[in-house]
Amino acid sequence: MGTPSDQIENSSSDFYAKHKKVYPREVHGLFASLRFSGVLTLLGLYYFIPWMRWDGHQAVLFDLPARKFYIFSLTFWPQDFIYLAALLIIAAFALFFFTALAGRLWCGYACPQTVWTEVFLWMERWVEGDRNKQIKLDKSPWAKNKLILKSTKHTLWLLFSAWTGFTFVGYFTPILELGASLLQFTLGPWETFWIIFYGFATYGNAGWMREQVCIYMCPYARFQSAMFDKNTLIISYDDDRGEPRGSRKKSADPKELGLGDCVDCTLCVQVCPTGIDIRDGLQYQCIGCAACVDVCNEVMGKMKYAKGLVRYTTENAIHGIPSRILRPRMFVYMSLLIFLSAALVYSMLIRLPLELDIIRDRNALYRETNEGLIENIYTLRIINMDEQAHRYTLTAGGIEGVKLILAKKDLYAKSGEVITIPARIQIDPAYLKKIGYDIEFILTATDNSELQVIEKGRFIGPLK
Amino acid sequence: MSTGLSLFIIILTLANIIACYVLIKWSSKQKANEAAEGNVTGHTWDGDLQEYNNPLPRWWLWLFYITLVFSLVYLLLYPGAGNFKGLLDSNQMNDYEQEMSEAKTKYGPIFAAYTKQDIPTLAKNPTAMQAGQRLFLNYCSTCHGSDAGGARGFPNLRDKDWLYGGDPVAIKASILNGRNGLMPPMGAALGSGGLEEVTAYVLNLSGRKADPNFVEAGKQRFDSLCAACHNTGGTGNMALGAPNLTDNVWLHGRSEGAIKETIAKGRKGIMPPHKEFLGNDKAHLLAAYVYSLSQ
Repeated sequence: MGTPSDQIENSSSDFYAKHKKVYPREVHGLFASLRFSGVLTLLGLYYFIPWMRWDGHQAVLFDLPARKFYIFSLTFWPQDFIYLAALLIIAAFALFFFTALAGRLWCGYACPQTVWTEVFLWMERWVEGDRNKQIKLDKSPWAKNKLILKSTKHTLWLLFSAWTGFTFVGYFTPILELGASLLQFTLGPWETFWIIFYGFATYGNAGWMREQVCIYMCPYARFQSAMFDKNTLIISYDDDRGEPRGSRKKSADPKELGLGDCVDCTLCVQVCPTGIDIRDGLQYQCIGCAACVDVCNEVMGKMKYAKGLVRYTTENAIHGIPSRILRPRMFVYMSLLIFLSAALVYSMLIRLPLELDIIRDRNALYRETNEGLIENIYTLRIINMDEQAHRYTLTAGGIEGVKLILAKKDLYAKSGEVITIPARIQIDPAYLKKIGYDIEFILTATDNSELQVIEKGRFIGPLK
Repeated sequence: MSTGLSLFIIILTLANIIACYVLIKWSSKQKANEAAEGNVTGHTWDGDLQEYNNPLPRWWLWLFYITLVFSLVYLLLYPGAGNFKGLLDSNQMNDYEQEMSEAKTKYGPIFAAYTKQDIPTLAKNPTAMQAGQRLFLNYCSTCHGSDAGGARGFPNLRDKDWLYGGDPVAIKASILNGRNGLMPPMGAALGSGGLEEVTAYVLNLSGRKADPNFVEAGKQRFDSLCAACHNTGGTGNMALGAPNLTDNVWLHGRSEGAIKETIAKGRKGIMPPHKEFLGNDKAHLLAAYVYSLSQ
């Protein structure tokens, strides 16, 4: 790496490098359009979803104080967190699958860091002009014009970030209420904190940190590279075709000049959001955004050369070995992905909107009634997660002769209500053959016998 | 904490922070034998995997320094440096008291409104009783059970048998001021024969099977030794908390053996006072809940 003179220059006494700003040049083409539509769709969803209504409530609302999570017609409770775990596992396998198949697709087109940075770049270009103007402006001394442009840019960024922070909190506090209290300056301390924090993180990450997030901070960036193999789609420069690189007249025949197809215009370096030169080969900084593919194709078009000097290809393909899409790991990821998704959908479909918690009293193992019966005490918690109110019947089983006595006869729970009832289980000691028994509590909705939960409990009697 | 220990902690903490500063400073400079930036370090794995010395961004170094500044500011504001209490004078006791007083301002009026109603009226108010049940589950169920049915040594609050009286005033007084029940050991005074006889009499009082030969002798012993507290005929005395022995309700066990043990060794029952802990308003609501259980 580098010439000896470079090394001497580089061997400064400091181990930490001063950050060099990357000025990505604007790019047009197939992949830029793909990313453009990705940004529009994803950010559109992000900013729009909190304003949607569904069945009289906000369509997507994570109500933390009430521990209820509304996602359209579904209402999740903390007990349903297993679904979130399943969703994250599915997301992980999707990442494995798509990364092994086509490299860092996530990074290039869908990652929030990429998506928000893209919008911030648009704003920057709109205010300061293209790459050359930006570089010139940064080098120029602080004068009135520079001050105006820079403050306009930062104001735009900050407004957009504040809106982002507001939208984020709008997923947790009903956004209409949040908007009202924002206008009346009556935001709570935590809402204020999160709007500012999330807004500031957006401003800092998309405005200032940009590619440094991917290079220094992001763990996915590193472990995605570990999932590459020789058949994974990567963005690569075709060395054999391009070298030796060199500038030439459009009319010149490269073969005569002894040159490859690369005209060394450095546009691929200029468009790169992480500031690398793709012609040096695959690098960990490459987020797979394909900006260099788009811009090189444009140049090749102008030169009337074949497109694809920089292209999506595989390590095998570039060495003339046919690449295989259907590899064993793809089948493994794919089948796991399908299996887990199907399991998640199935378990959501059969999800019962009813839960019964049995909490056994811990003060005394058992109690002897005045009639000589052995009694255990439980606190029952019935959680009605359904959209409608229900009335329930509760029975107990598991040992012969068991009798359930409830403190309240009428088990009625409104939608979303949790009712707490002390309960006693009595049994004649003659039935008890051992110290402890597993018993069952069976809770059934009176209007729907399929709405039934069987919960295990423990009954403890005296040592004979 | 003694001054010596306090000083030791202050010096140790500050020395650590300074040592961290020196370490960061020292390690951010290149050593003579280390690879220059952008060069391979000479470490090789798997035969051909080489490590480059790629520099971290400068702001990364600043993060380290910021943590040091943060720790110094923290030590200045919060307790941490030995006996120094910190400029904010923050401690967990203050935080606790502040949160409690916040809760009191928030929920206090709800309980205060209930206190304006008398206990029998309150006991018929379903919303108040839901709140009462929650208070009971929080503060009382550990001893008296979630269903208020008690346990051995802890009275059942659902039946109509009361040690100290079941009227609203008595229940509230029990909660506020607590109760101290004492059954003295009578084993020595009775002797083993006497114990058998009194036990038989006590069983007989509740209409349970007992050796008729012992019952009559037991009654005489009972009248002279036990009736002072338990009353003649064993009907108990609520002023003392001496249980009624004729109702087949047994606080310390119903078996003959348990009754014998109670008589011979005595029993102690303590209901702690809750005046300071709960305050009058919560005690009022709890009294209404307990009252409602036996209505």
